[in-house]
Amino acid sequence: MIVADRKPLEQISSMIEGNNKILIVGCGECVSVCMVGGEKEVEILASQLRMAAGKEGKKIEIGEATLERQCDKEYLELLKDRIENYDVVVSMACGAGVQFLAEMYDHKIVLPATNTRFIGVTEGEGVWTERCRACSDCVLAETGGICPVTICAKGLLNGPCGGTNDGKCEVSKEKDCAWTLIYNRLNKLGRLDSIREIFPAKKYNVQTRPGRRIHEAFKEKE
Amino acid sequence: MAKSFKEALESGKFVVTAEVGPPKGTDIEEMLHHIDLLKDKVDGLNVTDNQSSVMRLSSISVSHIIKEKGGEPILQMTCRDRNRLALESDLISANILGVDNVLCLTGDYITVGDHVEAMPVFDLDSVLLLKTVRLLESGKDSGGNELKGAARFCAGAIVTPEANPIEPQLLKFEKKIKAGAEFFQTQAIYDLDNFKKFMKYARQFNVKILAGIVLLVSSGMAKYMNANVPGIFVPKDLIDEMAGAEKGKALEKGIEIAGRMIKTLKDENICDGVHIMAIGKEGKVPDILAAAGLA
Ligand code: SF4
Ligand code: SF4
Repeated sequence: MIVADRKPLEQISSMIEGNNKILIVGCGECVSVCMVGGEKEVEILASQLRMAAGKEGKKIEIGEATLERQCDKEYLELLKDRIENYDVVVSMACGAGVQFLAEMYDHKIVLPATNTRFIGVTEGEGVWTERCRACSDCVLAETGGICPVTICAKGLLNGPCGGTNDGKCEVSKEKDCAWTLIYNRLNKLGRLDSIREIFPAKKYNVQTRPGRRIHEAFKEKE
Repeated sequence: MAKSFKEALESGKFVVTAEVGPPKGTDIEEMLHHIDLLKDKVDGLNVTDNQSSVMRLSSISVSHIIKEKGGEPILQMTCRDRNRLALESDLISANILGVDNVLCLTGDYITVGDHVEAMPVFDLDSVLLLKTVRLLESGKDSGGNELKGAARFCAGAIVTPEANPIEPQLLKFEKKIKAGAEFFQTQAIYDLDNFKKFMKYARQFNVKILAGIVLLVSSGMAKYMNANVPGIFVPKDLIDEMAGAEKGKALEKGIEIAGRMIKTLKDENICDGVHIMAIGKEGKVPDILAAAGLA
């Protein structure tokens, strides 16, 4: 899932400054699961903004909507009529959702309420950690299912750096060294041979920005 | 220096290298003084590359100065600040400036230094950098293009004999050899018994090993390193020896210990040489050599 953080209230307030009719749009997928941009969080942001405006004696009108997801046109279309009643739209989706919304309604000002952080997992209650950097050339088969590109602070492909210490990373004693984890996992699986050979440098040309993928069945149409 | 570093390595003599830290800024007076002091006393002078992720003069420019002065520079190159294109370009550039010894390092992470907001690069790692050096020697770059004139290097890397756990470290050590490392400088070692064990293992490979000697300046420094520097372990008897030094004589004690260790390494033929790191006390290297009976 994509994990995001809510932007600080002050930042969102200053983004919408001078606008009186604001539509806050949540997303029912990842950001809902990581408790940052779902229906509940839309409600919270709406009341925070109302309160802040009330304190300053300003009158604002805030609408709330939460779509199934913001990365699909069919759901975004549902805002078609409603969106016209507002001056600005604050999207609580990930960066992709914000952009898709802005693209469909390009006559409206669309603002982000989140900082998109990473592709990750729910490690525990209220704790999410990164697992994948979407490098477009997955090496997990060789590294025992632990991603060196993501889990190693330096993204090293050929073993630990000199900063590794007692299984921890040089960057922080709180962080496990990816290469100790990889070594131990492969050792347990009896597959250390898979990291004995020199791993070639990553090919960055397979991750051109922006990424684009077309399903085989739809290639003709394109 | 009559001999090149490579010749010194191959001659079978006990090789001694030291280190020069480029300053942060354009005032190089003190550094020039250290170069003059050391260049004829050692077989090679390492030039650190934005060490500890702190921005300084480049290792290439300082290596060039050492060469001009008739010394043997060992260019340290890290993968932190440059992608493969820049690294390859810098390698062949170093070559035309007469710099042909290179130590390939991964490099510390950006946030340990003084430019914490900068982009960490790590396009290559130390193993791949070594491979790239060998590739440039074959007359090609990593894009598969022909070079107009191949590179020529004596290439080395580092190893941490006290790393914990040691197995992943050794796996990488062997990869560095496969990638073409000819010599290794170790992280600081203090426990000679442990180091002998490492050397017993390392001797099976056809590479030269220079033991890392870091000058102790106080017992506090030793304790600090034990607690904070990965892969460094100062045994208790050495810490006690430092603590027992007469007031104001701790530095002398550190020099004596370093000299004694070097002498043992040489006399017992434990490894092929030493790499002396007298961080901030470069001027004391001749004293260490004298204490080791090498001056
Ligand atoms: S190697 Fe890592 S970053 Fe690349 S696709 Fe696999 S998990 Fe993602
Ligand atoms: S300590 Fe381990 S995880 Fe951290 S940068 Fe080095 S190899 Fe990567």
